[in-house]
Amino acid sequence: MKNGSDHGTKNVLVEFLLRLGDDRLILGHRLSEWCGHAPILEEDIALANIALDLLGQASAILHLAGDVEGKNRTEDDLAYFREATQFKNLQLVEQPNGDFAFTIARLFFFSTFNNLLCDVLQKSSYETLAGIAAKGFKESSYHLRHSKEWMLRLGGGTEESHRRMQNAVNELWRFTGEMLVFDEVETELQRLNTIPDLSTIASQWSGAAAAVLTEATIIIPFRQKDSGQAGNHAVSGSRHGFHSEYLGHLLAEMQILARSYPDAKW
Amino acid sequence: MVTKKEHILSLLREVHDPEIPALDIVELGIVRDVRVHGKQIHINITPTYSGCPAMQMIQNDIIGTLNKHGFNDVAITTVYSPAWTTGWLNAEAKQKLKEYGITPPQTVNEAVVTLPGSEMECPFCSSHNTELRCEFSSTACKSLYFCNDCCQPFEHFKEI
Repeated sequence: MKNGSDHGTKNVLVEFLLRLGDDRLILGHRLSEWCGHAPILEEDIALANIALDLLGQASAILHLAGDVEGKNRTEDDLAYFREATQFKNLQLVEQPNGDFAFTIARLFFFSTFNNLLCDVLQKSSYETLAGIAAKGFKESSYHLRHSKEWMLRLGGGTEESHRRMQNAVNELWRFTGEMLVFDEVETELQRLNTIPDLSTIASQWSGAAAAVLTEATIIIPFRQKDSGQAGNHAVSGSRHGFHSEYLGHLLAEMQILARSYPDAKW
Repeated sequence: MVTKKEHILSLLREVHDPEIPALDIVELGIVRDVRVHGKQIHINITPTYSGCPAMQMIQNDIIGTLNKHGFNDVAITTVYSPAWTTGWLNAEAKQKLKEYGITPPQTVNEAVVTLPGSEMECPFCSSHNTELRCEFSSTACKSLYFCNDCCQPFEHFKEI
């Protein structure tokens, strides 16, 4: 499938693009909240630049989702005029920023994932998606290196920075499981040869994350198998629109201008 | 004889990246294709970085410049493949960057994103006693360095 317009597969492709786009949109928005508040000027600039890359990736992907959907929805319509339950981003990216260690650990977990995913998707037979992923791969290589260096610096730094990083990893760990689970949407696109096989990403992510956490002297939290049993508190369901309460608050702020003045132009 | 396409390309060299005025959009590799069908001009452009905020302004400048020269039917398409790379900057463009005070990108390996080490020549005093302050700077395409000899911060056009 070259153009994504084949009717039978359209919905599943739109669904997949919304997942990709929403992850980047919401994390980009979260990172932008640091603008003017980061611990040092250089970091303020770095987080804002990474936010910009992610927003740019989101814009291109949501634009494509609107095109494939064929209902005349632009990337702005999709960003500003959907409700929380219609967003398909991971709960990981919508969590409040917490302290700097929390923001960095989340960025590291996501960038590792983004880099692996983009590397696979740049070989997609769907040319437009492959092009966007190729850019995402290069950009996320910088995000990954930047966040990894902070993981090492904070983990191996002072007693306080180490404690904060360990706390951040402990808190975030339960959000990483669903990031590595692909369901019928991805499986169907793989079957149609629209996207390559994604099945190696989970183990590659775990290996890459474990290597950095170990080097950062951070204890890797125990991951229970996805048993559905109470007690492991692993989150799930965000790919189907189930979110934490934080997403609604984030959207209220992100969408208010566009909803109050629907025809506003810069 | 200059073809119409070559003529359009020469006009596009009047359009500069608003954030790096030293370079025009052709030598920066933003212009990917120009197609002429009678009076209609179709131009493909690609962003340097996904979130580059200058892209809208560049599109407006392209249309404004071509309108000024009598071409009123201009369509612009943003393309993402192949992904923009600093490998498209030729020696002349790199020299212009250096003269502008930005250290030019090193050669990139297409297969792997090569992330440069911290040693970079200061564009002001040519010292190598410099250090990386941040991999991100005033724009996404540059990183921030500091020269320990002339005590000037400077930017490096980073490899991608």
